Amino acid sequence: MSIQVRNIAKRFGDFIALDDVTLDFPSGELVALLGPSGCGKTTLLRIIAGLESADGGQVLLEGEDASAKHVRERQVGFVFQHYALFRHMSVFDNVAFGIRMKPRARRPAEREIHAKVRRLLELVQLDWLAGRFPSQLSGGQRQRIALARALAVEPRVLLLDEPFGALDAKVRKELRRWLRQLHDELHITSIFVTHDQEEALEVADRVVLMNRGRVEQAGAPEEVYRQPATPFVYGFLGAVNLFHGRVDGEGVRVGNDLLPRSAQEGDLSEGARVMAFARPYELDIVPGDGPDGITATVSRALSFGVTTRIELEGSDGQHFEVELTRERAAALSLAAGQTVRLAPSNLRVFEYEEGAGI
Amino acid sequence: MASTRQISADPSARFETHAATREAPWVKWTLIVLALSFFALFLLMPLAAVFAEALRKGWSTYFAALVEPDALAAIRLTLIAAGIAVPLNLIFGVAAAWAIAKFTFRGKHFLITLIDLPFSVSPVVAGLVFVLMFGAHGWFGPWLGENDIKIIFAVPGIVLATVFVTFPFVARELIPLMQAQGREEEEAAIVLGANGWRTFWHVTLPNIRWGLLYGIILCNARAMGEFGAVSVVSGHIRGETNTMPLQVEILYNEYQFAAAFAVASLLALLALATLGVKAWVERRAGGARRAARDGASS
Repeated sequence: MSIQVRNIAKRFGDFIALDDVTLDFPSGELVALLGPSGCGKTTLLRIIAGLESADGGQVLLEGEDASAKHVRERQVGFVFQHYALFRHMSVFDNVAFGIRMKPRARRPAEREIHAKVRRLLELVQLDWLAGRFPSQLSGGQRQRIALARALAVEPRVLLLDEPFGALDAKVRKELRRWLRQLHDELHITSIFVTHDQEEALEVADRVVLMNRGRVEQAGAPEEVYRQPATPFVYGFLGAVNLFHGRVDGEGVRVGNDLLPRSAQEGDLSEGARVMAFARPYELDIVPGDGPDGITATVSRALSFGVTTRIELEGSDGQHFEVELTRERAAALSLAAGQTVRLAPSNLRVFEYEEGAGI
Repeated sequence: MASTRQISADPSARFETHAATREAPWVKWTLIVLALSFFALFLLMPLAAVFAEALRKGWSTYFAALVEPDALAAIRLTLIAAGIAVPLNLIFGVAAAWAIAKFTFRGKHFLITLIDLPFSVSPVVAGLVFVLMFGAHGWFGPWLGENDIKIIFAVPGIVLATVFVTFPFVARELIPLMQAQGREEEEAAIVLGANGWRTFWHVTLPNIRWGLLYGIILCNARAMGEFGAVSVVSGHIRGETNTMPLQVEILYNEYQFAAAFAVASLLALLALATLGVKAWVERRAGGARRAARDGASS
C-alpha cells in the first residue's frame, strides 16, 4: 500500500514538531526517516499510524484520505521503540492478540490461530520461545516478537519506531540485516525511524532526512550520501570537514588561504559568506607550501584496515579529518606537529545559514 | 577466600557483615529493644487485651454477645455499607486513575488534589457536611421530608458517609502505578485492532490487578472500621443505624464490657485478616513489579 503525506503540520505548545511535511512512500519500499532527536520523525510516524492527530494536512493511504479513520481500521502494523509487549501474556498470546481481537465474524478458529502464530514465530525464528514471558527474553528477541505481533494482523503498512535503538551494537547489526531480508520476502510497505545514519543508509531503499520538523532531502541512500542537498544533510551523513569563508573569484577564501571551487554552484555572488564541505576522503595532504589549500598541523595518524585517518588542526583551532590510502600516507611520512596543506579534490559550497547542521 | 557467603537481597545484611560499616553491638541492641518494646506496649498489648476481655466470661458469653439481634444488625449494616462503598469507589478509582494517567485535560492537578480531600478533612466534618445537606434543616431537608425519603439517621446516610471517607484509597493506589506504566501497551493493543473495552479488559486490568486489589483491601478495612463520619449521620438507633464500631461504643458506655469487646474482637480479626491479605498481595505485586521492570529494561 502506498502512503502519501500532504502538508502535515503539528505543534506541541510552542514547539513545532512538523512544519508542512509532504512525502510519498511508494508501495513495497522500505523507507528510513532519519534525523536527530526532536526532528519530528517519530511524530510523523505516529501521525501516519493514527496514534497522533495532525494539526493540518492529510495522510493518504492508497490514495484515500485516512484522517477520519480510526487507528484500528488503518491496518497498520506498529513496532514500538520499547516493544510494548504485553507483559502479562506469553509470547504466543502476544502474537495471537491481534487475531483474537478481530470481530467474531472475521476471527479464525482457535486451531487456525495456533497454526498462524506458529508460522509467524517460525518466520522470526523464535518458535521455541512460544511459552515464555516478555521479561524472560533478550532485547533482540523482544524486538522480533514485537515484529511478529505486528505482522499477525496482516498489516498493509509496517511502521517501526527506532527498531534497533535499545539494542547493543552486535545484535543491532544482525537484526538490521535480518529486517532487510524479511522485507525482501514480504514486500510490505515499511517505514522506520532512526537517528543512526549508518542504519538508514544500509537498510533502506530510500532515506528521508528530517531536521526541525522539515524534510531536508529524500532519495536513495547513495544519492543522499553523494549529493547532499543542504548543509544539514552534509553534516548529518558521515564525517565531513567544514570550512567557513567567502566567495573569492573562482575559489573560496578561508582566512588567508584559497580553496578551489567545483564549478556547479554558479549563483553565489562575489564576497558572499559561504560554508564549504569536503568528505575526509575528498581531501589530500600536500606537504610544504603551495598556492592552494588550507594550512593545518598534523595531530595524529590512525591506521586501521585499508585506510589511514589523519587528524589535523587548522590555524584557528578547527578540527579536520583526512582519509588516505595506506600507501599515500606512508609516502607522505607525516609526523605530529608537521605543517601541511589540505587540498580538496571535491568541494561543495553552500550559502551561509545560521545554525545549519554541525 | 571461600565465597560461600550468600549474596543477600537485603542491603542491611551486607552493611552489617562489613567491619568497616558495622555499628557497635549496643547500638543495634538498643534500637531493637526500643522498637520491640514500643511495639509490644502500644500495639500487641491492646490487641491481646481486646481478645482477653472478650473471652473473660468464657466462650458461651462471647458467642451469645455476637448473635444478639442488635449485634447482628450492626454486623449486617457494616457489611451493607462496605458492600456498597467498596464497589462504588472501585469504579470511581479506576475511572479517575485512568483519566489522570492516560489523558491530558484541564484541571487535572485540581482533581488529583481533590481526591485527597477525604484524607485531609476530619471525618466528623465529613459527617456534618451530609447532615447540613440532607438533615431536616439542611439544604435538601424539606424536599426530602415532603417526598418521605430519609437519608440522615438512616442507612443511606451511613453509606454516603462511608463512601466519602473511603473515596481516595483505590484511586490513590492506582494513579502512580498507571502513570508509571505509561500508555504504550494500550496503544499497541489499539493498533492491533482492540476496542476500548477489550483494551481495558485484556491489557490495562491485568497490569494493575495487584495494585487494584491492594486498594480494595485498604478501602474495605476503612469502610468497616469508620467511626467518626458514620457516628454523626447515624443517630445511634439500636438495631437499625448502628454499625459495628458504633455498636462497640454503645455497649461500652452501657458497661457491657464483654459484649463490647466481643464485637470489637471481630473488627480486630478483620484487621488481622486484612494485614495478612495485604502482605500476600504486596509480595505478589512486588514480583509483578520486578517482572515489569525486567520487561521494561532491555
